[in-house]
Amino acid sequence: MLNVGALREGYVLDHIKAGKAMTIYHDLKLDKLDCTVAIIKNARSNKMGVKDIIKVECPIEDLDLDILGFIDHNITVNIIKDEQIVAKKQLKLPKQITNVIKCKNPRCITSIEQGLDHVFILADEEKEIYRCKYCEEKYRGKRNK
Amino acid sequence: MRHLMSPLDFSVEELDKLLDLAGDIERNPDKYAHVCEGKRLATLFYEPSTRTRLSFEAAMMNLGGKVLGFSTADSSSAAKGESVADTIRVTSCYADICAMRHPKEGAPLVASMSSTIPVINAGDGGHQHPTQTLTDLLTIRSLKGRLDNLTIGLCGDLKFGRTVHSLIEALVRYDNVKFVLISPEELRVPSYIREDVLERNHVAYQEEERLEDAIPDLDILYMTRVQKERFFNEEDYVRMKDFYILDKQKMELAKEDMYILHPLPRVNEISVEVDSDPRAAYFRQAQYGVYVRMALILTLLEVEV
Repeated sequence: MLNVGALREGYVLDHIKAGKAMTIYHDLKLDKLDCTVAIIKNARSNKMGVKDIIKVECPIEDLDLDILGFIDHNITVNIIKDEQIVAKKQLKLPKQITNVIKCKNPRCITSIEQGLDHVFILADEEKEIYRCKYCEEKYRGKRNK
Repeated sequence: MRHLMSPLDFSVEELDKLLDLAGDIERNPDKYAHVCEGKRLATLFYEPSTRTRLSFEAAMMNLGGKVLGFSTADSSSAAKGESVADTIRVTSCYADICAMRHPKEGAPLVASMSSTIPVINAGDGGHQHPTQTLTDLLTIRSLKGRLDNLTIGLCGDLKFGRTVHSLIEALVRYDNVKFVLISPEELRVPSYIREDVLERNHVAYQEEERLEDAIPDLDILYMTRVQKERFFNEEDYVRMKDFYILDKQKMELAKEDMYILHPLPRVNEISVEVDSDPRAAYFRQAQYGVYVRMALILTLLEVEV
């Protein structure tokens, strides 16, 4: 496998579905962070065949695990300290997500009320259904699957 | 402080208490005639709705309170572009409780988030209309003496009718309630009501196309209007339109103690000859709507009588 230098402190997002690394890079707003980011595309994986990996050298607090859980809760988050994996975070579907996706229902109050957060609530964990907090419209867009 | 956004905001026990209070108001109106003196209800109606607004205003006046508000968005600051959040912040300074109708879904919830007074959702687009559901529940309980062990027929446009969806969601919480869903194929209840509400709660239901086939088994018949434009083609409309018009002939097939409800306005789905039938309860239902709104105002204002 291609080798990218070890991280001193940061996190590695492993088991990203191949081809999705750049989307996640933008969704996590990594382009806004002033730190080292390595994106590995199409790495070989026993589990997935091919996968993407993102390595980020920055404090873990800067990572929004809720957004990541919403995008794909099968991604593995490895926390690195002193070049060692010190923890693995299991992602869950967040109960609520704010300003990640927008309600597309034209009859929803979010379509006209200025400054209102777009909030979606996990309505059915089993079926992975999110509904708009205000109009209860089901989120029909594709998550990163 | 509590608001009312959806009929399911109240637990079954809380609902029982509210309906008991509404029943007491019906029996002893004088006892409640001055209990809201000095209190004000703001009716913020961003779209016209005669019955709902008048019902809220009558409810507050019956309690001795006063009413202020607007009845179209044109006559409010919304026409100048004011947000719902700002409008309610200002209204909170003028009134003690507010009933809001808005064409946008979720607007009353947004209001409740910035409000310092209780907000009642008086209808938000095609989303929720909880006081209609409370009215329906009070009517059924008052006429039949119970909300459990009932066979409820819902007839007409079951696909787009939010009152029907809310009533089903509210009634599945009671034991042994069975539904007969009477509609043309195109206007059946949406799959989420069938799967997530009825089947998930193991509630018995059957779907029928003809009212005549269903009516003999019913304890309650809840009528709604079938609009011509909802049909896919003219042929189907002509073939089926009479299935959903309740007349004297069909009423002969019904039980002696089956009551007819309708959220109103009625157009032609209940023929006027049925109005004189003692089982026609849709105008009494409008009266129950006032009692239940009185009970709701008292509950949210935490007025003890």
